[in-house]
Amino acid sequence: MRDDKDTKNSGDKLSRLVFDRRRFLGSGLLGGLAALAGGRRAEADGLSTSQLVVPPWSHRPGPGVATRAYGQPSPYEKSVIRRFLPWIRPTREASVSFTPLQDLHGIITPNGLFFERHHAGTPEIDPQQHRLVIHGMVEQPLVFRVDELMRFPSVSRIHFIECAGNGAMEQHGAMHNALQFTHGMLSCAEWTGVPLRYLLREAGIRKGARWLLAEGADAAGLARSFPIEKAMDDALIVYAQNGEPLRPEQGYPLRLLLPGWEGVANVKWLRRLEVGDRPWETREETATYTDLLPSGKARQFTFVQEAKSVITSPCPERPMPGRGRFMVEGLAWSGAGRIKAVDVSFDGGRNWRSARLKGLVLDKALTRFEIEWNWQGGQALLQSRAIDETGYVQPTLGQLRAVRGMNSMYHNNAIQTWLIHPSGEVENVQLDV
Amino acid sequence: MFSSMCDGCLMRCLILAAVAMVACADEPVVAEWGLGRPISADEIKPWDIDVRPDGVGLPEGSGTAEAGEAIFQTKCASCHGEFGEGVGRFPPLVWDGTPLTADRPRKTVGNFWPYATTLWDYIYRAMPFGNAQSLTSDEVYALVAYVLAMNDLLDEDTVVDAKTLPKIEMPNREGFIRDTGPDIHASRCMQNCVQEVRIISRASQHRSVDSGE
Ligand code: HEC
Repeated sequence: MRDDKDTKNSGDKLSRLVFDRRRFLGSGLLGGLAALAGGRRAEADGLSTSQLVVPPWSHRPGPGVATRAYGQPSPYEKSVIRRFLPWIRPTREASVSFTPLQDLHGIITPNGLFFERHHAGTPEIDPQQHRLVIHGMVEQPLVFRVDELMRFPSVSRIHFIECAGNGAMEQHGAMHNALQFTHGMLSCAEWTGVPLRYLLREAGIRKGARWLLAEGADAAGLARSFPIEKAMDDALIVYAQNGEPLRPEQGYPLRLLLPGWEGVANVKWLRRLEVGDRPWETREETATYTDLLPSGKARQFTFVQEAKSVITSPCPERPMPGRGRFMVEGLAWSGAGRIKAVDVSFDGGRNWRSARLKGLVLDKALTRFEIEWNWQGGQALLQSRAIDETGYVQPTLGQLRAVRGMNSMYHNNAIQTWLIHPSGEVENVQLDV
Repeated sequence: MFSSMCDGCLMRCLILAAVAMVACADEPVVAEWGLGRPISADEIKPWDIDVRPDGVGLPEGSGTAEAGEAIFQTKCASCHGEFGEGVGRFPPLVWDGTPLTADRPRKTVGNFWPYATTLWDYIYRAMPFGNAQSLTSDEVYALVAYVLAMNDLLDEDTVVDAKTLPKIEMPNREGFIRDTGPDIHASRCMQNCVQEVRIISRASQHRSVDSGE
């Protein structure tokens, strides 16, 4: 736990948030709750009198329709924002911002909170001037306008996208006391677009074609190779996200979606697809996004984001509100298919109980789980473990390190441990198993 | 909408169609829609910038490390350093000698990149940061030669072109293993799974995070 001095000095809004909650915990309120141990609250709450008052907004109308032509969250939710860490990357244009998972509900990430990872900033693309080219080992190279792509039959699918580097900063030790930074390179949306196989059918794939190259129109010209099997399976050329046109940060006007595969392969601002017979070995699939093993060799084309889960409440930003009944909640996901089960441990992985999957349980999508807990103020080690429909079981950090060592960086899908302090505060810790 | 979700349904449709001659409800019958415009290789050329390890995609032109030095110092050194050592958090282009088996090794062109052709592809498409896709072919060949020479992988006056570049052997050429599926096999134990657990690392021991907003 950070000491108070540390917290005050850091001066960032997130730690102030944690700090405020701690003051709240330290107030008489928690004492009252604790004494009742799960019973109802006896004292008045934060309002000035115990008798209810009629507030100003119950007397006078607020602003009229379309005061904000594009709606905004309540001004009271100013802290529900993407955050970034200036020191992890050389420039803001080749960096990452994290989704505030601690503040979200359900499985859909609002478009303005979807995590960002760019290699040369967010280009502002005029859709009239944008084109998608399909060429290489095809019968007829074709160029499409965006409005032409929208004339194809469309599909809408809910899928998560997770950066391969999500959790990379935690590989050498517990680093961030914030869910937003340990797991926030993860978001989920309903995507609408054209199945890539429709377009490939249009161009006609030649015999011997095995791989495709996808390339962005941004100033990184980000390029990745992927096997043709994925192109013919569930790959989409996406133009809409949660019902509205794709956001610029997510690739407006077009992005590739390879459901369940590492974020970088879902090329944004997509301008070109080339069909070939072997991978291109671009920088982003050799120098970066390869997983270095203790032997000195690196795993390459580790596309699938394997099953993973994390408890989102409580978490460092959301401490325990008091003793008594509490609904532990979290998210689970797998790039290999549907989530089959999630187990939760309260004792650091010695014993496990099965959690309930709630709401939609979809293929390669975020899935919510919950489990009831009666917290009596003791120290606890909370963990969650995802199992997907292939039978894959999320590993512990110890199991992951035993195989991949300390330097693989990408694809850290290890079980997360939250230490619950008697004060209710939650700390990111790592165990020896 | 949700009931019609049918990922990976092409295979199922094909199987169903073969067995019972029924169509998958999710899949419209798409033959050819006749959309898009045929495009020629010449029309694609300005965008067709990829270079493969076998040299496919390399344009005409050539360069030497000697010629590359001046270009590097004016267009690259401000971020990557006079000697390719990397300024601040900008990536180094030269290996510092630590092996890939060391803790947190530096992964650079010199010790990690498996193909020299990737250097051509990347420098043209993405560098210099701030003015990508602006270098001439001769400039890129010269810069590739210079970066390789800084890593002692090439002589000062060796000419690099479409013929010679694919033949340059990079030290880490055999350093990659294709993924073949899950590498960790955990089991789903429910009771008495471990005897004792010990906390070995705490986030509170790290400096507090500093987030930009
Ligand atoms: C304004 C700063 C800047 C300048 C100037 C610049 N670069 Fe870069 N370079 C970067 C950044 C930032 C990255 C990493 C980009 C990313 O994260 O995707 C990079 C990455 C690279 C890499 C990949 C390094 C690795 O190991 O992954 C190479 C090679 C490179 N630059 C070469 C050059 C060359 C050659 C020039 C001159 C033509 C140049 N750069 C000019 C900022 C710069």
